[in-house]
Amino acid sequence: MARVVIRNLNKSYNEVHAVKGVNLEIRDREFMVLVGPSGCGKTTTLRMVAGLESITSGDIVIGETVVNELPPMDRDIAMVFQNYALYPHMSVYDNMAFGLKMRKFARPEIDRRVREAADILGIENLLNRKPRQLSGGQRQRVALGRAIVRHPQVFLFDEPLSNLDAKLRVQMRVELKKIHDRLGTTAIYVTHDQIEAMTLGDRVVVMKDGVVQQVGEPLDLYNEPANRFVAGFLGSPAMNFATVALTDVAGATHALGEGLQLALPPQIGERLRSHIGQQVTLGIRPEDLRVESGEAANGLSFGAVVEVVERLGSEILLDVKVGSGTMVAAVEPTVQAKVRDHLRLALNPERLHFFDCRSEAAI
Amino acid sequence: MIEGAKWRRWVYFYIPLGIFIVWLLFPFYWMLVTSVRPDRELYRPWMAPNYAPFWTTHPTLVHIIDLLTQTLFIRWMANTLFIAIVSTLISLFCGLLAGYALSRLKFPFAGMLGTGIFITYLVPQTLLFIPLANIIRNFNLGDTPWALILTYPTFLIPFCTWLLMGYFKAIPRELEECARIDGATRWKAMLYVIFPIAVPGILSAGIFAFTLSWNEFIYALVFLSSAHEKTVSVGVTSELVRGDVFYWGQLMAGALLGSIPVAFIYSFFVEYYVAGLTGSVKG
Amino acid sequence: MAVSGLATRGAFARAPRRGTASRLLEDERWLAAALLLPTVILLALFIAYPFVEGVWLAVTNATVGVPGKFVGLANFEMLWNDSIFRVAVWNTFVYTAVATVFKLGLGLWLALLLNRNFRGKAFTRAFILLPFIIPTVLSTYAWKWMFDPTFSVINWTLFQLDIIHSRINWLGDPGLALISVIIVNVWRGVPFYAISLLAGLQTINPELQEAAAIDGAPPWQRFWHITWPLLLPVTMVVVLFSVIQTFADFQLVYVLTGGGPANATQLFATYAYQLGVGTGLLSQGAAVSLAMFPFLLIIVVVQLLYIRRVEVH
Repeated sequence: MARVVIRNLNKSYNEVHAVKGVNLEIRDREFMVLVGPSGCGKTTTLRMVAGLESITSGDIVIGETVVNELPPMDRDIAMVFQNYALYPHMSVYDNMAFGLKMRKFARPEIDRRVREAADILGIENLLNRKPRQLSGGQRQRVALGRAIVRHPQVFLFDEPLSNLDAKLRVQMRVELKKIHDRLGTTAIYVTHDQIEAMTLGDRVVVMKDGVVQQVGEPLDLYNEPANRFVAGFLGSPAMNFATVALTDVAGATHALGEGLQLALPPQIGERLRSHIGQQVTLGIRPEDLRVESGEAANGLSFGAVVEVVERLGSEILLDVKVGSGTMVAAVEPTVQAKVRDHLRLALNPERLHFFDCRSEAAI
Repeated sequence: MIEGAKWRRWVYFYIPLGIFIVWLLFPFYWMLVTSVRPDRELYRPWMAPNYAPFWTTHPTLVHIIDLLTQTLFIRWMANTLFIAIVSTLISLFCGLLAGYALSRLKFPFAGMLGTGIFITYLVPQTLLFIPLANIIRNFNLGDTPWALILTYPTFLIPFCTWLLMGYFKAIPRELEECARIDGATRWKAMLYVIFPIAVPGILSAGIFAFTLSWNEFIYALVFLSSAHEKTVSVGVTSELVRGDVFYWGQLMAGALLGSIPVAFIYSFFVEYYVAGLTGSVKG
Repeated sequence: MAVSGLATRGAFARAPRRGTASRLLEDERWLAAALLLPTVILLALFIAYPFVEGVWLAVTNATVGVPGKFVGLANFEMLWNDSIFRVAVWNTFVYTAVATVFKLGLGLWLALLLNRNFRGKAFTRAFILLPFIIPTVLSTYAWKWMFDPTFSVINWTLFQLDIIHSRINWLGDPGLALISVIIVNVWRGVPFYAISLLAGLQTINPELQEAAAIDGAPPWQRFWHITWPLLLPVTMVVVLFSVIQTFADFQLVYVLTGGGPANATQLFATYAYQLGVGTGLLSQGAAVSLAMFPFLLIIVVVQLLYIRRVEVH
């Protein structure tokens, strides 16, 4: 077990600066998720930790060792790849034993560890099969098992679930969580799927264009995104954004935009004081909108026209037109709404997000 | 299948294919018939009324026995086999390493070296045989199997490298990366993960290289002089043809027997051979 | 973000040490150098060095056992005025061009035939390759026997079919010898073309053919507008290899005619052999085979450029 420290890490390929000054500390036993759109530098960062990519500048520390110059084999890590990377010419058993054989473990110890890992993953009956005889889910388990037997200091996961179908993905997600709870090995997990990030991570790193946007516990990121990108990236359906002008009307702060006219309560108005007279981006999560029968008491509601109704069973997603813009509202399944209905949507001022239009940072 | 009437199928398919097959295979049949036909039938004037050239009524093994007992044919076979196997192994070894380096590693001049090897792939043996004969003599390799064992790789290595590069490129990089994380050095990852997966490619390259070295002629003709060092192709050419006299029965028996090892290996690995052939012309 | 407890690099343990050799082999550049070393040595020793030696020989007057002195381009000048050399150049071009056209045409035809589904297809394919895999010299003897002036089975058959009334002297007639040699070359080369092109044909999605058939294109149009353009890149590479081999051919002619009669089948390679090995005029022989080089170079460059153009489209 070990912590991983990444200090001022940079990676450039010729002209492309793929990773820019990343600083991270992954604590011992922590499950850290790196999430972001493709090309954001998350996989490159992971591969530098693994030693598969050279470091342009900066340091990577695993445990107490600076590993910058160490080949992957000496870093005491295990990695699970997106395409599983099972050795096609070896049986499941040999796949799992390979790393131990390379490290010259004694035969009985190899056997003990392989069987232990197979037991954890429920693949004891597959040990003699070849990878091509396995289903996608089984291959995934073998790939995990190959990492587990090693008892490494750190697990690295490179989008390990993205080749599975939706149902299996959910199942394996739960299983991964359980395995991590049981083994407690430090883990770095790269994904582009924000649900995986939210459910698996002890903490989550959101990256974009090679830059860390925010680091924190999943709910903190969700509730208090540091900038517009993080706000929009986490959450499904995604946060609604609208450009509004902040004005001071008799000491109260108002947000005025396309079809929106919101009188903000004093404590929020206080926070936005420095931006009075400017345009800002207003962010509202779909689940923070509710259908109001009449005019809302606090004056925080607006009119909307329903364009699409998506009934998901547990909730209803309403695509609505507000002024000339559109928004999505996630509402109770009991709400009766039809296309072209005129509704009033109310919101909770505590749950509103404001972002500077230029820097996109949260206000 | 071709749609339409039966006669169309015959005209457009069976008859042309049949002619192709007869044309391509008749010389081998002819080899076989000639090698078991007694001399008195072989040299009977062809206008003779009872002349029946396509088969023989008195098959004989005399040509084959003469070939095996009165010439150095067995020795030539052994020479050829030894030279073909050793030069194939050397070429596979070099081709595996070079193919791996060129397809998987990043290093300066990689592109230049790759192009260089591709160009040597296109150099025909007939371009260099005269200076090469000089060099072989200077190295004191003349008239030894090593003259061929060391020169055959010049056309086999580029071929093996080229073919194996294609196989290596098809293996996902992650396998190797995973092995390296699992504790293997680059060398061991290559040896235990990449090479075993490339076995079909190695077989293809090996079989193809073997047939190429068995088939080689001009180097063997120029570099070897004593009768007992010769390969089959050269031995048959220089020892079974005395002056202007062709011993056709023995010659055909030699051609037949000299083809058997190649045909034998080929018959077991047709698919690999075809993969090698088609892979060798892939860009 | 502050990184706690990471004062200086020195605070951390250094990596475990490995031996110099194994550390170097972990470096891609050193590993690549080590892996390429045997190949580079062999190719340098037996391709690059002979090439240089060949160039040197060609500008000296060396004969067997005599080192020779520098004579400049005298050997090439002599070749320029050598009527046999001119014949050899002409023959080589005719031999290459005619044989290639026939190999391509017949090979493509055979590939199209083999691309159909019929019983015994795998078997047929395996047998058809025989002329290509059987050592050329050995199978060429079978042809020499079939072309024998007195006992030719081909003549007998043609006679029995009432097509000819006197013997054809396949290899002895100067007008016919080159044709005979080309026939054998085509015989040996067709399987290579057929099997390579068949592999190319099999990569063409049959749905394209079906789509064209539904659009009402007759078979010939389907071939011309769909199969042929898609097959062109493979075809060009096959032709490139075959042209080089044919241009530099030796063994077939050596066995069948030895360049005769009266140099009617003399090629670059056979003439080089005759001069360099037969008469021991090393420098002139080297000059003849080296004279192949510019032609080969032009052929390769033109074809590679063409292949690149085809692949870009």
